[in-house]
Amino acid sequence: MNAFVANNVYLILFLPMLTATVLAVLPGYRLSARINMASAFLTFLAALSLFIDKPVSGHYLLIDDLNIVFVVLNTFVAFTTSVFSASYIAHELETGHLTETHLRFYHTMYQVLLGAMNLALIANNIGLMWVAIEVATLTTVLMVGIYRTDRALEAAWKYFILGSVGIALALFGTILIYMAAQPVVGEGLNGMVWTVLIAHVAEFDPALLNLAFVFLLLGYGTKVGLAPLHAWLPDAHAEGPTPISAVLSGLLLNVALYAVLRFKLLMAANPKAIAPGPLMATLGLLSLVFAGFMLYRRKDIKRMFAYSSIEHMGIIAFAFGMGGPLANFAGLLHMTMHSLTKSAIFFAVGQIAQAKGTQKIANIRGLTVTHPLLGWGLVVGVIAIAGMPPTGVFMSEFLIVSSTIARAPLLAVPLVIGLLVAFGALLLRLHGLAFGEPTGSTAPVKASSLPLAMHLGLVLLAGIYLPPPLVAWFQHVAIMLR
Amino acid sequence: MDRLNFDIAHMFAGALVLVSFMLLYQDRLYALLNMFAMQALVLALSVAWQASIQHAPHLYITAAITLVFKAIVIPVALHRIVARLGIHREVETVVSAVPTMLAGIALVALSMVVMLRVTQGADALAREDLAFALSVVLLGLLMMVTRSNAVSQVVGFMSLENGLILAATGAKGMPLVVEISVAFSILIALIVVGIFLFRIRERFDSVDMQALDESRGKSR
Repeated sequence: MNAFVANNVYLILFLPMLTATVLAVLPGYRLSARINMASAFLTFLAALSLFIDKPVSGHYLLIDDLNIVFVVLNTFVAFTTSVFSASYIAHELETGHLTETHLRFYHTMYQVLLGAMNLALIANNIGLMWVAIEVATLTTVLMVGIYRTDRALEAAWKYFILGSVGIALALFGTILIYMAAQPVVGEGLNGMVWTVLIAHVAEFDPALLNLAFVFLLLGYGTKVGLAPLHAWLPDAHAEGPTPISAVLSGLLLNVALYAVLRFKLLMAANPKAIAPGPLMATLGLLSLVFAGFMLYRRKDIKRMFAYSSIEHMGIIAFAFGMGGPLANFAGLLHMTMHSLTKSAIFFAVGQIAQAKGTQKIANIRGLTVTHPLLGWGLVVGVIAIAGMPPTGVFMSEFLIVSSTIARAPLLAVPLVIGLLVAFGALLLRLHGLAFGEPTGSTAPVKASSLPLAMHLGLVLLAGIYLPPPLVAWFQHVAIMLR
Repeated sequence: MDRLNFDIAHMFAGALVLVSFMLLYQDRLYALLNMFAMQALVLALSVAWQASIQHAPHLYITAAITLVFKAIVIPVALHRIVARLGIHREVETVVSAVPTMLAGIALVALSMVVMLRVTQGADALAREDLAFALSVVLLGLLMMVTRSNAVSQVVGFMSLENGLILAATGAKGMPLVVEISVAFSILIALIVVGIFLFRIRERFDSVDMQALDESRGKSR
C-alpha cells in the first residue's frame, strides 16, 4: 500500500503515457474509447490518493497543497470528458466526419495531452513545466486540425502560430528567471527548481525578475486566453472536436494560469520587485469587459462559449491579481466552478450540434421542445455560467465582487459592468436557443448525458452547500497564494 | 585571453542579429531559406564557441543539432516543398521592406535599452548576449507579423527560436532546457512542414495564408 501511495505521482504521469502507447497501436475505436475512459478514471483515482499521502518533492516533481487542487480537478474533468467523447466520436464516425485512423490518432493524442497537463502541474522545475505546456499545446494543435476542413486548418494554424509565440516568450522569461537566480543559487539544476527559487528569491535582482515576469505573463497569458492575446481561442474552440473544446476550456487554460500563479508567487516573495497583482488584474479586467461585449455578436454557438471562457479566465485572473485570502479563495472556487460548468456546457453543445447538424445559433431553436434533456441541461448550464443563484459560479462571483468593493471600489465598476454585459448576452442567446418554435431535426441523441448531469449537479451543490473540508483546503491554499 | 573570448562570442551574437535583419527583407523564398540556413550556421558557431569557453561539452550537442537540422535538413526540406508547390517566384509581404527595416531597428534599439539597463548585475557577456538574443526574438516576431506566406511565417518562427537558443546558451550552466528546446524546435518544424503544408496543399493550390483568410467566408 505504502509503495503504491509513494508512487502515485509516477502513476499520474506514466499511466497516460502508457495508455497513449497502447492506443497508438490498437485498432478498433470501441475498445480504444473504453481504454481511454478506464485509464482516465485510474489517473483520477491516483490523483485523489495524493490527498491521503503527500509524497516528498524532488528536483523535478513537486506536490504541494496548491497543485493537488489543480491535478484533481484536471484528472476529474479529463475522465468525464473521456466518457462524453466515447459517444461523441461514435457519432462522428457514423456521419463520416472522422475515420478509424483519425480516431486512433485522436485517442492517443488525448492521453498525451492528459499526461502533459499533469506533468505541467506537478513539475518543480520551471524548464520541465515549460516543456510540458509546449507538448500540451502541440497535441491540441493537432487535435484542432483533425477535421481537415479549411476552417479547422485555419484555426489550427492560428492557434499554432500564436501559441508558439506565447510559448517562446515564456521560454525567454524562464531563461531570465534562471539568469536572475544564477548569481544566488549557483549554476546548474538548482537555478530552475521552483522550491529552491522561492527560498532564495528575496535576494534575486529585482529588475531581472520584473522583466522575466512580463515575458512570462505575456507568454503564458497567451495560453490562458487573456484579452489582447486571445485571438486563437475562439477559432480553436469552434473548429475542433467538441470534447477538445471542453478540455481546452476546462483544463488547458487552467494549466497555463497555474504557471502564471507559480511565477506570481515568486514575484510576491521578492520585496523589491514590482507587484505582479495589478498587472494580472488589469489583463483580467480587460478580458472580462472585452469578451462580455464580444458575446453579443457571436453567430456560432461554440464560438460564443469560447468567448465566455475568455470572460471567465479574465475574472479568475482578476481575482488572483487582487490577491488576499478572500479574493484568492474566490478565484480558486471560480476556477473550479468554471471548469465544471464550461465543460458541461460543451458536452451539451456537442450533442446539440450533432443532433441539429449545425453550430449556427440562428438555426437552433426550441431545444427544450425537441430535446428536453439536452435543452434543459443547456439552460441550467448557461444559467450557471452567467452567474445566477443558486449555483457555485454565483457564489464565487459574489465573493470576488464583494472583496473588490471592500478593497478597491473603483475597480468594482468595470468588473460589475463586464459581468452584467456578459450575463445579458448569454441569457439573450439562451432564450433563442432553448425556447420558441423548434427547428431542425428532432431525432433523439444516443449519447450519454451522465457527464453533463454530474458536472451540473456538482455546480448546483456547490452553490447550496460547500463541504467544510473543501472550504478549509481552499482557504489554506488562498493564504499560501498571498 | 578572456577579452578575446568575450569579443568572439560578441561577434557571433552580433552576426546573428545582422543575419536576422537580412532575413527581414528577402523577398524570394529560396533566398529566404538560404538566409535562414546561414542564420542557423552562425548560431551553431556561436553555440560551439560558448561550449568551448564555458567548458560545457553538452553544448556541442546543441551546436551539432543546430548545424545538422536547422542549417541543412530543414532548409533542404523546405526547398523541396517550395519547388513542388511551384511558389518559388514570390513572397508577398504585408508591409514593404523599408518600414519593416525601420521597425526592426526600433526593436533592436528597444531590446538593447531594456536589457542593458535591467541586467546591470549580471556578468557582461551574459547581459550582452541576452540583449542580442532578445533582438533576434523580436525580429523573428516582426517577420511573422509582416509575412503572409506560410513558409516564411515558419521561417520567422524558427528564427525566433534561434534567438531563444542564443539566450539559453548564453546563460551560464543552464540545465536541461537547451537539449529539450532543440528537440522541440525540430518537432515543431516537422509538424509544420509535414502536416500543415501538406494539408493546406490538399485544400488549396497555394500556401498563401491570405487564401485561407478568404476561404473562411462571411459566416461569422
